[in-house]
Amino acid sequence: MIEVHSLTKRYGAKLAVDDLSFVVQPGTITGFLGPNGAGKSTTMRLILGLDAPTSGTALVHGKAYRDLRAPLHDVGAMLEARAIHAGRSAYDHLAAMAATHGIGRRRVEEVIDLVGLRDVARKRVGTFSLGMGQRLGIAAALLGDPQTLVLDEPSNGLDPEGILWIRTLLKNFAADGRTVFLSSHLMSEIALTAEQLVVVGRGRLIADASVAEVVARASENAAVRVVTPDADVLAVILTREGATVIRDGDGAVEVHGLPSPRIGELAAREQIVLHELTPGQATLEDAFMALTGTAVEYHAAESAVVA
Amino acid sequence: MSAAAAVRVTPAAVLRSEWIKLRSLRSTRWSLLAATVSMAGLGALVAAVQMNRWTHLEAHDRLTYNSLDPAVGGWHLAMLAVGVLGVMIISGEYTTGMIRSSFMAVPRRTPVLFAKLGVYAAVTFGLMLVASVVSFLAVQAIVSQRGLQHGLGDPGALRVVVGTALFLTVLGAFSLALGAIVRNTAGGIALFVGLLFVLPGITAILPATTGDAIDPYLPLSAGSAVATVVFESPHHLSPWGGFAVFCGYTVLAIIVAAVLLVRRDA
Repeated sequence: MIEVHSLTKRYGAKLAVDDLSFVVQPGTITGFLGPNGAGKSTTMRLILGLDAPTSGTALVHGKAYRDLRAPLHDVGAMLEARAIHAGRSAYDHLAAMAATHGIGRRRVEEVIDLVGLRDVARKRVGTFSLGMGQRLGIAAALLGDPQTLVLDEPSNGLDPEGILWIRTLLKNFAADGRTVFLSSHLMSEIALTAEQLVVVGRGRLIADASVAEVVARASENAAVRVVTPDADVLAVILTREGATVIRDGDGAVEVHGLPSPRIGELAAREQIVLHELTPGQATLEDAFMALTGTAVEYHAAESAVVA
Repeated sequence: MSAAAAVRVTPAAVLRSEWIKLRSLRSTRWSLLAATVSMAGLGALVAAVQMNRWTHLEAHDRLTYNSLDPAVGGWHLAMLAVGVLGVMIISGEYTTGMIRSSFMAVPRRTPVLFAKLGVYAAVTFGLMLVASVVSFLAVQAIVSQRGLQHGLGDPGALRVVVGTALFLTVLGAFSLALGAIVRNTAGGIALFVGLLFVLPGITAILPATTGDAIDPYLPLSAGSAVATVVFESPHHLSPWGGFAVFCGYTVLAIIVAAVLLVRRDA
């Protein structure tokens, strides 16, 4: 379990994390979502005791990370930025990490096999591809057989087979009653992996809910497609009810601002024939865009102006 | 999945981890080899040249020739390798990001610094003591052709042989602390070179009385006193007094490094 209370981190004039509070529960995979520069990596570094918060606290299993006596057994972490000396072999890197906790050679060999790095374990990490580096990072995170995993963009650089592999690994890990906290800027990846979501933008909390809830909430605002021979009449009625109606041609209209059951009721009352009534279904992508639309740090338009 | 679960991270475990880190880098092995070869070989090379040119030397130089200083003269070169490696042992972790892995495993951080210092000091002292003894024996064998040899039991002989190893060991710790303060390789090496080699040049342009008063206390003059028998300048500290001053600077640098290590974001 990870508990973040009023966490704030200021770097000079820039507020990277702004009064952030959320809880990551065990037994489920929690996705940590936000646009680039939203403060995801900073929040993770604060949780892992690498950076000190300006104010607020981040607790892992009820303790500040720095107070954990054998942290690798509590938390396995992989940061987005490489945290491995390029001149060392994968085996030596893991052995050096393991030695701090008295973890034996057998476990080192075990995690090397688990992530599929057996053939390159004795090669220098500097020669590794991005995907191999990610696998080594995951091996290091699993070394202490931890209760909680904190992974920053774990599927970066992995091939489709690798992405599927890590998804299965994380699901089994959570099914075991452990905690998984996983950041990504890829909505599709989170939608397939996570059950819970923590969404941040500009260092602030935007949403803390289940994936299903977030999608349902976004779907409420999604457009409803209606096909009717009496489009003109229907448009007048719906507009009077406060909806925005956009004519689509072929008798189809797109209705914004009214849920589909209400549209159906109104049509029935006026005895308008409907050929089609399709509730809007938002994807997590839509939900994410809706949530973070105002909180995106770097808009494409802004960078276009600079360029 | 099973892991032999340690109840907590112990200093001994962190030492073991740092030992694995030290021996698993190619750059470390080459630097240590360079330091050892320099320490063991440079004195003999210089002594051989001196013996070869013996008849061309000034009469004064021949009369005052002391084979103990060339016996451990390798430190002049070995100190570069030892100092640069000292900086790199920790700055390399910052430039590659490895330091984050180290601190995630040992979140109290200072044990990482102390373990690095402990492992590096032990390795440096062992190698440099062997190299210093080898150099001493080689140089005495070479100068025996002119009957200038000394035994380890002669006054000052054992002191310079052991003192040279001690000086280089503390020098390694000093540069490691500098690397931890600066956190990048180029900056760390620049600071090391500045404090050891550039500072004496600055005191040289000061008025003589001021320069003579300051010079003995500079890191290099103070630290190398224990590795010296015949001093070039009359202004110098006693061998062990100078070494104690150098140890003082090193302890100071380590304290600053430890405080910054805990306070700064990694």
